[in-house]
Amino acid sequence: MDFISILSIFVLACFVGYYVVWSVTPALHTPLMAVTNAISSVIIVGALIAAAEAGSPAAKWLGLAGVVLASVNIFGGFAVTERMLAMYKKKEKK
Amino acid sequence: MGRFVSVLAVALFATPAHAATGEPVNPWVALAYLVAGVFFILALRGLSSPSTSRRGNRFGMAGMLIAVVTTLVTHDVANLVEIAIAIAIGGLIGFLIARRIAMTAMPELVAAFHSLVGLAAVLVGWAAYLNPGAFGLLTADGGIGAVSKVEMGLGIAIGAITFSGSVIAFAKLSGRMSGSPILLPARHVINLGTLAAIIVLTALFAMTTGPAETLPLIVALTVLAFVIGFLLIIPIGGADMPVVVSMLNSYSGWAAAAMGFTLGNTAMIITGALVGSSGAILSYIMCRAMNRSFLSVIAGGFGADDAAAGGEAKEQRPYKQGSADDAAFMLEQADKVIIIPGYGMAVAQAQHALREMTDILEEKGVEVKFAIHPVAGRMPGHMNVLLAEASVDYDKVFELEDINSEFAQADVAFIIGANDVVNPAAKTDKSSPIYGMPVFDVDKAKQVFFIKRSMGGVGYAGVDNDVFYMDQTMMLLSDAKKMVEEIVKALD
Repeated sequence: MDFISILSIFVLACFVGYYVVWSVTPALHTPLMAVTNAISSVIIVGALIAAAEAGSPAAKWLGLAGVVLASVNIFGGFAVTERMLAMYKKKEKK
Repeated sequence: MGRFVSVLAVALFATPAHAATGEPVNPWVALAYLVAGVFFILALRGLSSPSTSRRGNRFGMAGMLIAVVTTLVTHDVANLVEIAIAIAIGGLIGFLIARRIAMTAMPELVAAFHSLVGLAAVLVGWAAYLNPGAFGLLTADGGIGAVSKVEMGLGIAIGAITFSGSVIAFAKLSGRMSGSPILLPARHVINLGTLAAIIVLTALFAMTTGPAETLPLIVALTVLAFVIGFLLIIPIGGADMPVVVSMLNSYSGWAAAAMGFTLGNTAMIITGALVGSSGAILSYIMCRAMNRSFLSVIAGGFGADDAAAGGEAKEQRPYKQGSADDAAFMLEQADKVIIIPGYGMAVAQAQHALREMTDILEEKGVEVKFAIHPVAGRMPGHMNVLLAEASVDYDKVFELEDINSEFAQADVAFIIGANDVVNPAAKTDKSSPIYGMPVFDVDKAKQVFFIKRSMGGVGYAGVDNDVFYMDQTMMLLSDAKKMVEEIVKALD
């Protein structure tokens, strides 16, 4: 993709982010941080490419290390968000 | 919808994937990454209400799965076993941490997770530098394009700042390092100089070619970025950590976005933009709730004279001290009680006892509500999570602006572990460091109970609080959890 297409996506996504995040209820700001943490680990895509492709052993090991770090975040982030969200409930009984 | 997808597919077919290498793009791959990005948007969208939030989280997981699987099936994976092992190791660690972490420790966990994203961005940036062919970054002459190098340099720099900054934030939040600001002389000059050096290095890195020439530049860039992250966070005090954690959240997003630019990956760019805006908005909300500018928080030093102010022998003013029995008696008589929790509740782990107290009071026909200040605790929404953990119904938990008018009708304002957020000096005393900060109007309530460990300590801002000395205030001097447990016993 050329730079301008990428930039367009980026700028529009910033606007989407702006409106979506303002609509998040303040009560869920901690889960918001946990889940944004998990999704920003989509950087694992870069680490996977580096780890998968032949060509540079150093890049491969850096990639694998990146995969480990990002996986901690992905599994940890989504799991802890799930755990938190499960606690938010309305009480059934008095 | 179908028509939209087919139009999109045609549009994608027409776009070359790696313009630099001239490889034809596979539209389905681009589409898959786009879907992942959209799922991430839906994940955040779900958080607009607790009832849709878990579905949102599932969207997030699905998006991540799509992104990972797409990447793996579209590359000639030479080391699938090693990759699987790496994912398994990381996944297991992450899962175990998520299972075991105490809800009170959430701020430091989030800081730790931010540091991992930052470090991963640095590693990916370096891998792309070392093996540009794998990322389709090679130009016709066998080098890396200047634009790619700027993106790469920025990604590494932001990632490194996120990493070292988050490590310091983690150390401060978890008590491994003193929460008080560490002020270096001439720190603004040092910081600005380092930032300028990083920008110059990025520009030089983009302009030079050849491994021997670029290597020292990218090494220096990485090292300086690690240093600046460290320098930026050490002067910031514990009470400003909500802003710092949000800011680092934002940085981790920008790091992912910068890498997304390098790789031309839609999922990474959309995610980076979302996370970047999310962190920025949270920082803004926190700053507004403290009536401070973002720059003044980042410049650091707030609460530096904390200890000095606390130790000073102030004029002794009379205050009323009460016991758990007194408090229980008056709570029982009340029609409406508003509870204001703060960081002290988290430290004392008093949320479960507090919920028990709430249950008993409600059985006795007392209306109980919770009032949460945006900066209560050590991260945005910290108090809400703790109350949710103690199974407090989220319908009873209110934000500052929604409940502040109700104090006039409240019989009891019950302050537990909060201080600055109820300090009327914020409304009246122009010389106060917290002047202008929106606070709860607890002085309008008929009775105020103030749970506090001792009269000695003052809030993080280091200012005395007139609420202590009001006629209708009763100080309950004890550990928050112990005091609430005693009240519960007295109520039974």
